[in-house]
Amino acid sequence: MWVVENGIEMTKQISIPPERHWFSRLQRITRHGDSPWQAIIIVMAVLVMVLMLAIGWMLWRESADARAAFGWGFLTPSLDTSWDPVNDKFEAWPFIYGTLLTALTAIVLAIPISLGVAIFMSELCPDWLRMPLNWLVELLAAIPSVVYGLWGIFVFLPLVVTPVGGALFETLGKVPMLNVLFTGPIPPSGASRLGAAFILTIMIIPTITAVTRDVLLSIPSSQREAALALGATQWETIWQVLLPYGLSGILGAVILGLGRALGETMAVTMVIGNSIEGSPSLLRPGYTMASVIANEFAEAVTKLHTQALIEIGLVLFFMTLLLNMVARLLVWRVARRTPQEARA
Amino acid sequence: MTIQTLEIESQTHSAGSDAKPLGAKMEVQNMSVFYGKFRALTDINMNIYANKITAIIGPSGCGKSTLLRSFNRMNDLTPSARVEGSILLDGRDITANREDVVDVRRRIGMVFQRPNPFPKNIYENVAYGPRLYGIRRKNDLDLIVEKSLKQAALWEEVKDKLHQSGLSLSGGQQQRLCIARALAVEPEVILMDEPASALDPISTLRIEELMHDIVKEYTILIVTHNMQQAARVSDFTAMMMIDEHRSGRMIEFGETKSIFTNPKDKRTEDYVTGRFG
Repeated sequence: MWVVENGIEMTKQISIPPERHWFSRLQRITRHGDSPWQAIIIVMAVLVMVLMLAIGWMLWRESADARAAFGWGFLTPSLDTSWDPVNDKFEAWPFIYGTLLTALTAIVLAIPISLGVAIFMSELCPDWLRMPLNWLVELLAAIPSVVYGLWGIFVFLPLVVTPVGGALFETLGKVPMLNVLFTGPIPPSGASRLGAAFILTIMIIPTITAVTRDVLLSIPSSQREAALALGATQWETIWQVLLPYGLSGILGAVILGLGRALGETMAVTMVIGNSIEGSPSLLRPGYTMASVIANEFAEAVTKLHTQALIEIGLVLFFMTLLLNMVARLLVWRVARRTPQEARA
Repeated sequence: MTIQTLEIESQTHSAGSDAKPLGAKMEVQNMSVFYGKFRALTDINMNIYANKITAIIGPSGCGKSTLLRSFNRMNDLTPSARVEGSILLDGRDITANREDVVDVRRRIGMVFQRPNPFPKNIYENVAYGPRLYGIRRKNDLDLIVEKSLKQAALWEEVKDKLHQSGLSLSGGQQQRLCIARALAVEPEVILMDEPASALDPISTLRIEELMHDIVKEYTILIVTHNMQQAARVSDFTAMMMIDEHRSGRMIEFGETKSIFTNPKDKRTEDYVTGRFG
């Protein structure tokens, strides 16, 4: 016949003698550890803040002479900037520009790809494919950046970036306004800001994908059901319900990716060409803040050269800080409209 | 597997005293649902009558929700689920693969156990469905939103704050908002999966009242744990139970009055009198 719910049998108490059992004794002892434990935690939390302040203060102090010598002119955009260690003339604009341009291009390219992969993994993927795909995405994040750089130089730049850059030069390079970014020609080696942007795109895709996938998976299935039960298609459910619901989390994922793109050093240094020529084009070689520090710090002879590099570090530090603050604000604003907790 | 054949035409029904004979809006014929190899439901046969409230009762785990979710093909979301037999809606088998599942779900709406409004404002929650079907004009949407909220007995409480988040409402209000959202696409049948189980008694009462009000225009199928609720609101009741293979079967189906006062099956009697369950 039918099975009666086994309610009554389940409520029988299994009693542990409260004083004798070793586990309760252990609990008793550890509970008195509350206050030392709390102290340790507070010290660790404070340590994070102290570290942050110490780094900022060190960068600020060590760049004092450079800041005094160049003033705000160090940072301002201009077309004929110079970075001349021989004559001790330094301006940071080409590096700031290179960092911003490559990182922003990378983020613009990475967002649609990562969203697509994340949506596929959380909503459409058959079960048997989910595990290997997860694993591959995580593997992509684990590859050391120097390997990306090497692969970029020998495979990706000549095979992909040079032809794509050539095609962009032939097409977008002819469009008024846009052609500023697409004047060429791209060097035959492919070493250019475009190459750096592409490599960065590949490097930040796993970050954005993994976080976005987790955000989508954390959306309660009742939201999907609500939309589907009204007759929404899967596409409509994803675009009109799931993505708005997870927007704050997805924004957090994008910021995480942008942070990585801004600070990435090794791979970018290997593919960007490391030149401060005046052209603002994506197709020309450039330089970033992180790469110039990595390239020149060991060889900086004069005090001012060292200090100028440290000041670039300071700028990068503040830029990342500012970006994180803006991102926090953005995520909070969106999170107020959606029930999901902000995660950045 | 014996199903009580009903001679409804000869009886005058308690709730709907109109003389016109009952039409079966939906017919379930020898339907079984499988999850992989597990047979969750076995040989379900029942009729859902137009403009009536049909309640499905039975102990936990007997497949009530699975049955309900077969009606609007929500089981499609479970990859291993498979349906045998047929469910006819106005004579057409909606379980057939060629049926447009989007169209089926538009004609058969659903309200869930826990209120699940979208994190949008009240107006947008209700307007979401109509927008899906291409209604864009503000005037039209305004009318639909007002009508649906009135049907769901929520209009008076929210008419001054339509642009507040749906999540700012109380649980009972959220559930009525979800009912309004379902009504806004003018479905023919509304499935309710324990719609009041997460609500307080007053909110429950309001939902039951609004069910009575809207059943003139809709056909309602409700799953409930609460036998008093089934007795209060429904015209017909289906009693389900799991068999020795842990598969859900419908052991009795009939007019609510006869199920509760004169059950044919001993198990139904035990259940409705509270002897177990």
